[in-house]
Amino acid sequence: MPKITYIEHNGKEHVVEAPVGQTVMEAAVKHAVPGIDADCGGACACATCHVYVDPEWLAKTGEQNSMEQSMLDFANEVEDNSRLSCQIKVSEALDGLVVRLPKSQH
Amino acid sequence: MSTGEIKRIIIIGAGQAGGETAQRLRQGGFDGEITLIGEEPAAPYQRPPLSKAYLKGDLDIDRLMLRPASVYVEEHIALLTKTRAVWIDRANRKVRIEGGRELPYDALILATGAKPRKLPLVGADLDGVHLFRTAADVDRVRERFVSGAKLIVIGAGYIGLEVAAVARQRGLDVTVVETAVRPLARVTSPEVAGFFLDEHARQGVRFVLGGQAALIKGSDRVTGVGLTDGAELPADLVIAGIGVTPDVAIAEQCGLTVSNGVVTDRQCRTSDPNIFAIGDCAARPMVHYGGRIARLESVHNAVEGAKIVAAVLTGGKEHAEEAPWFWSDQYDLKLQIAGLFQGYDQLVFRGVMADRAFAAFYYKGDKLIAVDAVNRPAEYLGAKMLIQTNRTLPPSVIEDMSRPMKELVASAR
Repeated sequence: MPKITYIEHNGKEHVVEAPVGQTVMEAAVKHAVPGIDADCGGACACATCHVYVDPEWLAKTGEQNSMEQSMLDFANEVEDNSRLSCQIKVSEALDGLVVRLPKSQH
Repeated sequence: MSTGEIKRIIIIGAGQAGGETAQRLRQGGFDGEITLIGEEPAAPYQRPPLSKAYLKGDLDIDRLMLRPASVYVEEHIALLTKTRAVWIDRANRKVRIEGGRELPYDALILATGAKPRKLPLVGADLDGVHLFRTAADVDRVRERFVSGAKLIVIGAGYIGLEVAAVARQRGLDVTVVETAVRPLARVTSPEVAGFFLDEHARQGVRFVLGGQAALIKGSDRVTGVGLTDGAELPADLVIAGIGVTPDVAIAEQCGLTVSNGVVTDRQCRTSDPNIFAIGDCAARPMVHYGGRIARLESVHNAVEGAKIVAAVLTGGKEHAEEAPWFWSDQYDLKLQIAGLFQGYDQLVFRGVMADRAFAAFYYKGDKLIAVDAVNRPAEYLGAKMLIQTNRTLPPSVIEDMSRPMKELVASAR
């Protein structure tokens, strides 16, 4: 199973095994990674699963879709590598992915 | 009640509100006993996908789970499934569960949810007639959700219309029967309801508006629905989505104040300071709406109740209430709703319905109180922020599509 590393804003790391086909958000929530609330459960309705994708992984995680882009427009502390983790599907190619969590979601 | 005295917390109701509360109590550092009591066989799961992706078959039950069952063990949360709490002894702070066992508490949280209204009709207990609340309800429906089957949906609220949308996508023959003269009558404006009516009609859904089911026909299995005007509609499957009633039986038994839900203050505290109520079963003051007491049936409300109570019981940072939010997925339409539209006196559109991407802004006087945004996430989030921060924008400004929503929100006072 692909491993994903979530780094909290305070530097604390959580390494989680993420099933292929689920989303980067789901893997975090199911392992209670603090900082990813995902209140809406992945319906792209709440923008509380914002992450920064490690620059090395940007190509593999793909582009923001248009709905996601609009939601992120209103999120706090948005950077070029911001994504909603509910919109990133886990695949074998993402084994080793590193994402960081914004301070505001703490 | 100081937080230091609380060693034992019982949560009655293991839906999203109850499950989130248990989790957030632990995250907030509470290290005493947590007992989570639920009537369903499963650990807490999300209900919204039941009428969407789960009905469609795109998600299995594991993906609906808030957390894997193992997390409750790891975090020492005693999850009692298939268990009904039957009695609360407030004087001695005890909850009795079915079978007679009594569990003591220092703080009690009612998250009992709501029960779907049953069709008050002859034949409502026939095979093939379904309510739509639990994963088990949907599992039974799914077996019969096959192309060509004749489905009658009774009730054109969000659940009814979401079910109708999935059914059409699965090739069922769908008729929706609704007593009101339009769909979504309780939850949105005639204009937005008209848009969804047209969309469903275009997708092949038939509507009987202003129609009233009189009886369900069939000997052992449902074969049709008879209407009060004498018409009869053939059916292989009937799904009732005619609303829910808050499950307040145990709150009433122990004498808490109940008025369309267990009434609480902003901290979700009931008329007994040791008992809290959250989620679909509870009614609390809406801080963005002049403190009016409302009972919301939504994920937002379930999660927010959990956040508020966990903060109170762990002495954490007070939760800042969000503007209420909701969503509904039908076909390729994502409807996102912020705020409460009741009492609006002006409706302003940004974008046009023909583009299948528009937002309806509801005003009361010059105050923006709600938005229904269809495929318009920026308008949804922008309006939500405005309502949350008690700001507004003049209707003439919000209509101006030449300026992006983000810019408008930044300019709002």
